[in-house]
Amino acid sequence: MADAVLDSEVVSRPASYAAPVSGFAPARGTLLEIADLSHTFGHVRVLDGLSLRLARGEIFGLLGPNGCGKSTTLRVLTGLLLPDAGELFLSGKSVAPGGRELRKRIGVVFQSSSLDQRLSARENLGLFATLQRLPAASAKLRIADALEFAQLQERADDPVTQLSGGMKRRLELARALLHEPALLLLDEPTTGLDEPSFRRTWQRIVGLRERTQLSVLLTTHRADEAARCDRVAIMDRGRCMALDTPEALIAQVAGDVLTLELRALDDLPTTLETLRRLFALEARELAGKVVVECERGHELIPRLVEALPPGSVRSLSMHRPTLADVFVKLTGRSLGTDTDVAGV
Amino acid sequence: MTHANASLDDSIFAQELATIRVLVTRDLVRFFREKTRVVGALLQPLIFWLVIGSGMSSTFRLPGSEHVSYLEYFYPGVMIMVVLFTAIFTTMSVIEDRHSGFLQAVLVAPGSRVSVVLGKCLGSAAVALSQGTLFLLLAPLAGFRLGDILWLPLLSGLVLTCLALCTVGFAVAWWLDSTAGYHVVMSLLLLPLWILSGAMFPGRAGTWLGAIVSANPMSYAVSSVRRGLYGASLPAGMLPAGRSPWLEVLVLLGFVVAATLAAVNVCQRRR
Repeated sequence: MADAVLDSEVVSRPASYAAPVSGFAPARGTLLEIADLSHTFGHVRVLDGLSLRLARGEIFGLLGPNGCGKSTTLRVLTGLLLPDAGELFLSGKSVAPGGRELRKRIGVVFQSSSLDQRLSARENLGLFATLQRLPAASAKLRIADALEFAQLQERADDPVTQLSGGMKRRLELARALLHEPALLLLDEPTTGLDEPSFRRTWQRIVGLRERTQLSVLLTTHRADEAARCDRVAIMDRGRCMALDTPEALIAQVAGDVLTLELRALDDLPTTLETLRRLFALEARELAGKVVVECERGHELIPRLVEALPPGSVRSLSMHRPTLADVFVKLTGRSLGTDTDVAGV
Repeated sequence: MTHANASLDDSIFAQELATIRVLVTRDLVRFFREKTRVVGALLQPLIFWLVIGSGMSSTFRLPGSEHVSYLEYFYPGVMIMVVLFTAIFTTMSVIEDRHSGFLQAVLVAPGSRVSVVLGKCLGSAAVALSQGTLFLLLAPLAGFRLGDILWLPLLSGLVLTCLALCTVGFAVAWWLDSTAGYHVVMSLLLLPLWILSGAMFPGRAGTWLGAIVSANPMSYAVSSVRRGLYGASLPAGMLPAGRSPWLEVLVLLGFVVAATLAAVNVCQRRR
């Protein structure tokens, strides 16, 4: 267990990170290592020295708002984008970004559909079996397995356009796994899914990992989704702000999170001031509301309401912290608001 | 060591072939599955040929070969138009494919981008060639005798034309990445080239039109088709001055190579 933790140790990247990256061998059990990845679009630094290690069989989440660099990371790993700087290591061996070696070992599910809508499920799988150069005999077996995995045996010969949204998502996943990749990349895998489909998708991902020791790297802007990963990197403005297990990340936030909605927005500054002065609490404004991290929130609530001017609080709620609160603590912004890419 | 290298090269080569094969097969399957597209790409030039061909027939005289009707003169040009339209339709799918994500999945697979260019261009060219060949069935209606046709020059001219036009289409489609922009560029670039290719009227040497025709690679496509269709009975004044079969093949080949280099270059950029 201690070994596993060591294996998946974070390569934290302070500004002084000067060790020759290619000089050190990744620890045993590391499948993919991303070292010092940087990329600039125009004047915007979309990736700013991102480094992380992904262990074999690990489900790893990149959590952050739109524009935080998580999708750019996937584009670099898939070779769709060549980074300005940085190195990639696959099982300890340096591989060229965008190179064939890496592309052979990954399966990708994009955010939007990548199936040929006019061809059938079976034909789509057939095309990708050829692209991945599966021998004809095993291709046939794998396609049959893939159709079963996607629960599409009965609809295998219908054009993809005629399949439901859920069927298409299942087929995408089956297609990405056809060549038994070592690493599965999922770009916002559950966007637009309802709750039951969300849960089923996750059962599938976890089930796969258990059967095949596949590593999964996924991007998400949903705190509840990231919480299901083994480890999460919280990303903002192209950087990794924190990287750990969801439990350890959440432990960074105190016991409870209180959210106060005020009757008048004008009262915000004085309210923040009151909370800081009287209760020594770190209160912050977030989207027009006051957010307070505290221990034993249920005891604090009555005292807090007493201390504020009567009638100034419209509503008050308390919840156990989530990864969304960790994001707020680290960045001072909410996970829901997009990073202002243009303004950076 | 050399053995290992050889087998590695072999597997890379097989990988590239697989990528090309997938894209060609897909284009052909999709095209022939859509009957409306097959009919549409044939019907439009056919109507164009019949309407313009009959309308112009009373005024058209080919100097030196007065017996040639306009329908006959116009037919090889329309065949190139069939190829041109098909090339435009099929390569426009590059934009759809990029937006729908299919192409991303192909790019992420182990094949190289050069193979993606070749596969897509060969696939489109195969579709364009099929359409051109279908249109060839009407040759007897235009007054051509099937016995006269020199198949090798005709088909090599058609194949090279299909490749050149599809590759230009691919490069423009990839570069612009918008269907509206694609239509504008193609109608400003390829349609004028077709009109000024000698397809509709001969460009006499010494005139400004003649100068444009001789500099226009598309006119070499029209010439090679004319030459193949007539065979030994090529009427006088049918081709612009100074044409020879080798020159036509050479110009078309150069067109294909230049377009391929442009397409590969555009496709290598990673935005």
